[in-house]
Parts: sequence; structure tokens; C-alpha cells
Amino acid sequence: MRKWQCAVCGFIYDEAEGLPEEGIAPGTRWEDIPDDWTCPDCGASKDDFEMVPTD
Amino acid sequence: MQPIVVIGTGLAGYGVAREFRKHDRHTPLILITRDDGASYYKPDLSEALTKGNAPEDLVKKPAARMAEELDIEVRADSEVSDIDTGARTVTVNGEALAYTKLVLANGASQLSVPLGGDAVADVHHVNSLADYRVFRRDLNGARRVLIIGAGLIGCEFANDLANAGIAVDSVDPVDWPLQRLLPEEAGRALQSALAEQGVQWHLGDTVSSVERDGDGFRVSLSGGGEVSVDLVLSAVGLRPNTALAEAAGLRTATGVSVDRHLRSSDPQVYALGDVAEVEGQFLPFVMPLMNAARALGRTLAGEDTPVRYPVMPVTVKTPACPVIVYPPRGAAGQWQVAGEAPSLEARYVDAAGNLIGYALTGEATGKRGQYMREAPPVLG
Repeated sequence: MRKWQCAVCGFIYDEAEGLPEEGIAPGTRWEDIPDDWTCPDCGASKDDFEMVPTD
Repeated sequence: MQPIVVIGTGLAGYGVAREFRKHDRHTPLILITRDDGASYYKPDLSEALTKGNAPEDLVKKPAARMAEELDIEVRADSEVSDIDTGARTVTVNGEALAYTKLVLANGASQLSVPLGGDAVADVHHVNSLADYRVFRRDLNGARRVLIIGAGLIGCEFANDLANAGIAVDSVDPVDWPLQRLLPEEAGRALQSALAEQGVQWHLGDTVSSVERDGDGFRVSLSGGGEVSVDLVLSAVGLRPNTALAEAAGLRTATGVSVDRHLRSSDPQVYALGDVAEVEGQFLPFVMPLMNAARALGRTLAGEDTPVRYPVMPVTVKTPACPVIVYPPRGAAGQWQVAGEAPSLEARYVDAAGNLIGYALTGEATGKRGQYMREAPPVLG
């Protein structure tokens, strides 16, 4: 499971946790999130997210 | 090829540059800023103490890195003094720069309330990372701070300072904090939660003067009170920086007047963010400007795209009592408040019973998603 971070505000999408609040189930892979989805904190586009390197 | 010129490198300026480059890799793009051009996220300023961040920790990327990543030119420490819409030039540090299209993304400034006393010039206003650096320098060692204004920014700073162990006095003529956004019950919930963190409220009162007093300041209130503090911060609201646009003859109201294509009264000049008023709506928040940047990026690349505003709730970063509010915009209706403070759900409904705005406080903010689905968009 990977994490993706919004380049604008720093919000992190964690695939393991999903965003149940927005109807995105835990375990939802990044590529399965619709392209028109936007950052819940700042509204940036999905393609403004960068993968967080795993340690 | 002549460039598209953007005035400003805040969230609006870099936002539109980022979106434009997704559709046009070649047209030269020049961003002009009077500061150092570092990219940062302005809402971070009012929670930096809580998160243990120094001003420099808030820089996401320096100007040079932004320029490289977006293949743009960033002119830092540069002041635009004039726009000539006839010649299609701007004057930058005294020299003319030609543009094909111009984007005003030069933001807003903190308003100042008229104050008496010999220390008015020492009152801080924070609306940029540059302002914030000065604020943090002067805050060093401060034990008590007075904040003028109990709106969104004033409340966020009150909570942040309180979390850092600093005593806070908050002064505002309103009856409860965030009065322009929240119904009374929700505002009182926030007021009580911040009072528990040590914030001392002076509501229904105003500051009449700020005087130097040793290393600190003596602040006199209109109601007769007097408070001795180490620093005074003013956060009473924003005024769009419309002077350049006005001098150029562009139509302005509260902000630079633009249509749904973010186009001003001159068809080659656009505006977005805190300087702009889109179809009469002045919304100085992050979500509207990100949506505007997305539309304008396409329009500037030749694909005319009107901005759409979805449901855009405003998050007030007051961890003592989190608040999410989607303000009703002038429509007639009434608040219906349920729950028990600090966890409240306030629904603003029209005569037919439709939800047209809402405010959630405390644990009720967890219902954010449910309310987003029920409420209507700002500009569909």
C-alpha cells in the first residue's frame, strides 16, 4: 500500500486507509480513484499528487 | 513568442501556472512577485506553532525549483507599478514587459482598523509568509498577545498561540466569534472551547489605542478596559489589492470584476484568487481559487472553460473546537441547530426545507462528507 501527497497543501492519501468519509473504501488503489477527484483539503487536482517514497 | 504574464506567486499564481502547463508546454510564462517567490501554503501560517514549524519549514519549494519544475520564469523582488492595457505591457521595476495575456493573482491585504496611540506601526498584520517571518521574530519570548478580530484568521491564530502556551486576548465588536459565518450556538461552542484554552474574550468591544509600554504595549479598549501585552496582531478582514487594476481602468467592485471565464472588463486580462470577484462573489478561500486555476489554465491554453464551484465548505483550523462551515450566500432561510455543544450540526434551510448552507462543530465535523453530498454547489 502506498501513500500520495498533495503538492499544494501536503494532504496525504493513504491507500490502506482510503477516505471512507468520501466514499473511498480502505484499500482503494490510487489508480482506481477517478481522475476528476480533487484534494479534500485544498481542491488541487489528482495529478498534483506525488507518491510518498516508502522507507 | 510573447509571454503570458502572471502577477503574483501565491496559491493563485502558482496554481494557474501549474494548470496551464498541463495543457500548454511551450508558451512562455512569466510570474512576477515582490517577495522571494517561495511556494508555500498560506493556511499553514495559522497552525505553524501547534505543528512546531518555524517560518522556513513552511516553504514547500523555493522559486528556482518552481521555475524549473513548471518551466516558467519567476521574477522575484519585482514590483509591478503600472498596467497599460492598450499597449499590452506591464511596468516591472521601471521597465516595460509585453504580454499577450495578463493574469492578476496579486491577492489581498489585511485591513487596518483606525487606532490611536504611538504604537500603531508596531501592530502586526499577517497575510503572507514574509509577514509571518516578522511576526515570529517579534513573538520570540512573548507571553501575552492581543488579537484584534474574532473572524476566521483571528480565531485560528488565537488557538495556535494558546496551544504554544501564550495568553491570548481577543477583541471584536461582534457578539460571538465567526459571527458572519456561524449561528450563535455554533459560535458560542467555539468561544467556550477557546476560553478553556485560556483565550480571554473582549466581545462587543473595540481597541481604541495601542501605546508603547516598556518592551510591550498597553492596549486601551473602548469599553474602558486596559490590557498589557507583548504583541498585537490585527486580523479584521481582507481587502483585495485592486489599485493596479483600477489605475488601468479595469472594472472593480469589492475585487477585480471577472466573469465565469475569469475575464475582466479587458478581454486580455484575467484575475483569480483573493484579488478577484467572480460573478459578484468575493470568496477569499483556497478551494474557490483552485477551481478557478483549473478553469483558467485551460482557457489560457485556448480552450475556453468557465469556472465551476462545487460545494466548498470552509474549514476553520481551531483544534479546540474544529469548525466546518458552508455559508449560505445571501439566500433567505433560517438556521436549525441540533446536537449538544461542542458537537453541533447547524442546517441553514430555505422556505421549502432545502439545505442551502451548514455549519458543523466539534465531533460533528466528521459528517462533512454527508453534508457535501446534500448541499447545492456555489456555481454549478
